[in-house]
Amino acid sequence: MSEGWADAALALRLLALDPAGLGGLHLRARAGPVRQAFEDALAIVPLPLRRLHPGMGADALDGGLDVAATLAERRPVRRDGCLAAPALLLLPMAERAAPLLASRLARALDTRRGAALILLDEGAEDETAQSGLVDRLAFTIDLHAVRWQDVAPVAAVPDPPTAEPAMPPEACRAMGLAAATFGIASPRGPLFALRAARAHALLHGRAEVRDEDLAVAARLVLAPRATLRPVSETPPSEPEARPEQGPERSADTDGTALPDRLVAAIRAALPPGALPQADRHAAPGKGASSGSGARMPGQRRGRPLPARAGRAGDGRIDLFATLTAAAPWQALRRRGMAPDDRVLIRPEDLRQRRHEDRADRLLVFVVDASGSAAVARLAEAKGAVVSLLAEAYAHRDQVALVSFRGAGAELLLPPTRALVRAKRQLAALPGGGGTPLASGLRAALEVAAAGRRRGMDPTLVLLTDGRANVGLDGTGGRGAAMADAEAMARQARDAAPAGLVIDTAPRATPETERLAGLMGARRLALPRARADAIGAAIAASRAG
Amino acid sequence: MSGPVFSFSAIVGQDDMKLAMILTAIEPRLGGVLVFGDRGTGKSTAVRGLAALLPPIRAVANCPVNSASAQERPDWVEGPAGRLTSRPTPVVDLPLGVSEDRVTGALDIERALVKGEKAFQPGLLAAANRGYLYIDEVNLLEDHIVDLLLDVAQSGENLVEREGLSIRHAARFVLVGSGNPEEGELRPQLLDRFGVSVEVRSPTDIEERIEVLRRRDALETDPEGFAARWRRHDLRVRRAILAARERLRDVEAPEAVLRDCAELCLALGADGLRGELTLLRAARALAAYRGEARLGRAQLRRVAAMALSHRLRRDPLDEAGSAARVGRAVAEVLA
Repeated sequence: MSEGWADAALALRLLALDPAGLGGLHLRARAGPVRQAFEDALAIVPLPLRRLHPGMGADALDGGLDVAATLAERRPVRRDGCLAAPALLLLPMAERAAPLLASRLARALDTRRGAALILLDEGAEDETAQSGLVDRLAFTIDLHAVRWQDVAPVAAVPDPPTAEPAMPPEACRAMGLAAATFGIASPRGPLFALRAARAHALLHGRAEVRDEDLAVAARLVLAPRATLRPVSETPPSEPEARPEQGPERSADTDGTALPDRLVAAIRAALPPGALPQADRHAAPGKGASSGSGARMPGQRRGRPLPARAGRAGDGRIDLFATLTAAAPWQALRRRGMAPDDRVLIRPEDLRQRRHEDRADRLLVFVVDASGSAAVARLAEAKGAVVSLLAEAYAHRDQVALVSFRGAGAELLLPPTRALVRAKRQLAALPGGGGTPLASGLRAALEVAAAGRRRGMDPTLVLLTDGRANVGLDGTGGRGAAMADAEAMARQARDAAPAGLVIDTAPRATPETERLAGLMGARRLALPRARADAIGAAIAASRAG
Repeated sequence: MSGPVFSFSAIVGQDDMKLAMILTAIEPRLGGVLVFGDRGTGKSTAVRGLAALLPPIRAVANCPVNSASAQERPDWVEGPAGRLTSRPTPVVDLPLGVSEDRVTGALDIERALVKGEKAFQPGLLAAANRGYLYIDEVNLLEDHIVDLLLDVAQSGENLVEREGLSIRHAARFVLVGSGNPEEGELRPQLLDRFGVSVEVRSPTDIEERIEVLRRRDALETDPEGFAARWRRHDLRVRRAILAARERLRDVEAPEAVLRDCAELCLALGADGLRGELTLLRAARALAAYRGEARLGRAQLRRVAAMALSHRLRRDPLDEAGSAARVGRAVAEVLA
């Protein structure tokens, strides 16, 4: 049985013992037999299972008036929402959940009406469930690597006793230190770890929490939250080798060894090379907070517009407007009919709800940081981008930042409205190396396409001297590189039609002229690329 | 965070946030608190803890807007006014994605459908009257809802003119907004409508972090014992707030302090007069809280950053926090 499935099963059993205290489980897995086996095993959690779906609205969650039943029965008929009673909530496609749904679920977990939540997250690397929601669940389990033959049945759990197991006095300190070591800023991490340790003790029928419970809890809860890998690697022989030290080393062991053991347990669970070394980021809080930018920006729904007359079936009916339209006629229509307290609504009363739908703009900056766009020019290009950022701030646009140099491109900043982060990333952008223009464009097109899927309206802003010399495959050679770049530029024309090429070369080059032509974009030479000029050019290219 | 109410006094550190909330409890005209910062720093815990700590209010039993007397009860409420009963200070959560109808109140759709009657169904603003309206992730709230809230918070009255209804009722509440700036910024026009703003960070001191865990864990394992242990501290804060409300009108504001306020705002280039007024009110509330009879520079220094830092005409990309700029100006003007 593989580690992955064993951990998943263990986490689920702990959750079954304390669903409200542990909040739930964030499951990263593709749909398939392995995930199905896990979903089947959810039955061991002593709560009724309720399936949600990512597009759920407030009515379905909190309940509300059942309009059809109300009209039919002529008395108010309420419908209970999913959050009304304690339940195990199961949210498939959690990576697509709207911010509204995520915030309602987060609140339901916070008020702890006995609900626990399972997020089924099928997202690829760039897409994941709302971090605010994930933070409120004790476990994150990844089943991507689990094979079908590793799957084993999950054993049921004993009924939890009423008394909570006793926690050794140094446990809080040890867990806090371990969390800080791995750059876990939110206190929910260590708190959940302590609760998981209690559940683990219960699972083994113990009345007190032992070090091994804490170590298992630290590994399950804290390892997925780690944002840093501590620098000083302790000898690998020490930690994992002795999880069976329980009986003789219990609450009275010295306080210094426990934190080390927890750190070792977490470290063992981390994949090598996945996280930055601690010494590269000084403050533990810094590293963690940067992870929160993965918020999925939902398309804003916009201001409600006045309702308009229309027929049923064409769109959403605005009940208020419909009733208002029907109201003046009630006395007249009732004439000649039996006395009745129903509202008489005719088709001509129906009014439709309308909203001003406005897509968010997304500016994707593609910055050439290669050696040929020499250092001084790079600084100027950065200056131009910064002034554009200020412009974007005023328009409430979202921005993304891609840079390319050396062998490939890098997405420095996924679409965000937090411009301070954009500026910070830009300032730290190093220069030098070859010019993989095609790779840069390809990365930018991916961002633009992802943005479009989320209802945004992307624009590419390419800052380069146009002298591509590294192809898509990362090898040198000017001819092939230019051909690749031109091919990508042609694709850009379809993916993000309104665009802008800013030529950063000291003298305007024919290459950028050609690229801009292929992209269907405007071209501007940097010496004149002041913020107002660029802003006007973007506005013009969008209008055109 | 979760579970039973965490005592306000048991929150570790975060002194600025706690002080800001206490000051608005003393002087509701201060105009709301904005708390910006990392996740899990006790933002919502503090709001709920503060409301639990405040004394219960006396309100007409069947009044949806928590009126203090039968005369104040709005005339659209049907039925005879009930007796005065005490209820806890209301804390109303405003969820993201809430509709305008739900906030302001709207036509009562049940009665309209069933009886064909036009009646008003009060919204969240009514429920929050005389209490707190808490918006988590205020930076993600739709703009037109934020506009509406700030308008009502300023005027203290909710006016509904829609669907043939014309309804007004008192809506005086302390607006508490919180959010994480990394997930999106608040429009600058809205920033300065909040009275005071504070920035919270996860504590960097390891001992402080461990103390957070210890207290939180104590709450979860033994809620009664935890509450009993902190009740004394909470009661002390409650008494101090009540005493400060009494003293507030008597705090003397010498001419020199008014001058200091004006000079400080001028030095910082804070727009409008809202900065001076808030600074003065906050300093006055602080003096009342500390039992001082006269306003002095000490109080101005303490509250300057929370009253002014969000009002500076700032470069949105300026990273050197505006709190630091306020600190510099305070050091120069109040030298």
